[in-house]
Amino acid sequence: MSSRPRGRRQDHPLWFLLPALAVLVIFFFVPTIFNFVYAFTDWSSFKSGIGFVGFDNFVSLFTSGTLVNALRVTLVYAVLVAVFQNVFGIALALLLEKDTRLNRAARVAFFVPVIMSALAVGYIFQALLKPEGALNEILGFVTGTEVSIAWLGDTTWTIVVVAIVHSWKWMGLSMLIYLAGLKTISADVLEAGRLDGASWWQTFRHIRMPLLAPAITFNVATALLGSMNGFDIVQATTEGGPGGATELLNIFIFRTFGQGLFAQATTMSLVLFLMVTILAFPVIRFLRKREDVL
Amino acid sequence: MSVAAPRMRRARPASGILQPIATVLTVVLLLGVPFWLVISTAGKNQAEALNPNLTPPSEWQLFENFAQVFGDGRMVLGFFGSLLVMVPAVLGVLILGSMAAWILGRRSSRGLAVIYALAISGIVLPPAVVTIVLLLRQLGLAGTPIGMIGVYMGMYLSTVIFFVTGFVRTIPQELEEAARVDGAGPVKVFVRIILPLLMPVLATATILICLYIWNDVFYALFVVGGRLDTLPLNLYQVASAGLYLQNWHLIFAYIILMSLPLLLVFVFAQRKIISGITSGAVK
Repeated sequence: MSSRPRGRRQDHPLWFLLPALAVLVIFFFVPTIFNFVYAFTDWSSFKSGIGFVGFDNFVSLFTSGTLVNALRVTLVYAVLVAVFQNVFGIALALLLEKDTRLNRAARVAFFVPVIMSALAVGYIFQALLKPEGALNEILGFVTGTEVSIAWLGDTTWTIVVVAIVHSWKWMGLSMLIYLAGLKTISADVLEAGRLDGASWWQTFRHIRMPLLAPAITFNVATALLGSMNGFDIVQATTEGGPGGATELLNIFIFRTFGQGLFAQATTMSLVLFLMVTILAFPVIRFLRKREDVL
Repeated sequence: MSVAAPRMRRARPASGILQPIATVLTVVLLLGVPFWLVISTAGKNQAEALNPNLTPPSEWQLFENFAQVFGDGRMVLGFFGSLLVMVPAVLGVLILGSMAAWILGRRSSRGLAVIYALAISGIVLPPAVVTIVLLLRQLGLAGTPIGMIGVYMGMYLSTVIFFVTGFVRTIPQELEEAARVDGAGPVKVFVRIILPLLMPVLATATILICLYIWNDVFYALFVVGGRLDTLPLNLYQVASAGLYLQNWHLIFAYIILMSLPLLLVFVFAQRKIISGITSGAVK
């Protein structure tokens, strides 16, 4: 590596960094720093001036319960999505593991939702999940009775339904990553397990699951991060309702921004930033490790 | 599983017929139902589509609905608006990101380690979406395509730098040395030697970033909402405007049309896209 210590510097000049850093500073770091400033002001569309108000925004958001609710909803949503997306992804990967023509076609089909707009997916499921919608129609046909469940109108369960919709959109991606993970497990290991008389479930639980660990970590991390930043699917299905039961931080930010309450929106944006930062440290450590492998 | 094995193979016996049946059932239930709902509703007239259900339209009028949303939803403007923002943003992050990643992958110092950590932090950290709007106003870029391109570049440079820096380290130094002995400067080495070798990893990054930008509506609503047409922004308007409220046949016709460009790209390049994404994720 250090056979030519001289000359290495001008071989890789630092000015190559500058354009990327300039874009990052202007469009990423400066707005982030602004977040820490304007969250403490009364910036809104109703006033021409901007003045400092200290922690007023935090206090009013906290006392009204909005802050705690949005944080709770966002975390619950992220955990639910991480669970469902990975359960669906692993199940599909196991189902479609063999390289038959049918399986290959099914894999391609399950990737279609991944490339669709999340907003479009949300509208599709809004229609599907109406009380008089197609899902109840199917359930009614199967059970032989009239079914009119308001899937998107329940203050407790709707967040679960919306998290499942989110997972439906992304499960094809998780599936692909698990399929790639399953391919890396050598046939010898599985054969050895089978010769020892391990059942399908024992093979899965004790041999394949541990060897899938890298894929699981990657999928869980991306699902958590993606859903904490979620907006489109929730906006298109419930718009945060009913009664704030699915109001993610980003939904709140969008709504208050639209009302001209810019400082409040900034405060929530800062809360999201802090929440992700705190939760992200394990994720970053994991990414670093991965990069060493690369 | 207890069904008698018809053949001598030691593989799971019943999976021979059960697996294809399970596959078809899963595809029909999980994908067939939602997609049939979209297609059948998009083919109905307003009265029939008022309450979207799985019954086929009494008379298909898919293309009439396509024609209507094509005009009303400003599809052409939306399509070119999406392209106008996506193409420069993707090219920009690929070029600037590769340049930075080359240096970050080849040189090492404490300062550069800090810069690298900051540069890839955007993979995880959410962009400050509200104050970006304020900054763009101060820069005179609010509501402009250039502002939107800058915001997307700020968001996705981290991804490119992360992927490419790891990849650069796997490229043998000797390849650069050889060119340098022939008198090539850094720009020439980067353009002639490094950039071509980065193509596989850049292809993966391109797929992912195109997917995100093409489908983004959240950041677009803040930065260019109401000022520039993009396909997802127009869908949002079509679906939330009073004009189309409950007009499911038009909403779904719009969804089919707006999904077609990426769907066509995917159909023709699915093998590359799928292997690109998986190779980037599991290594």
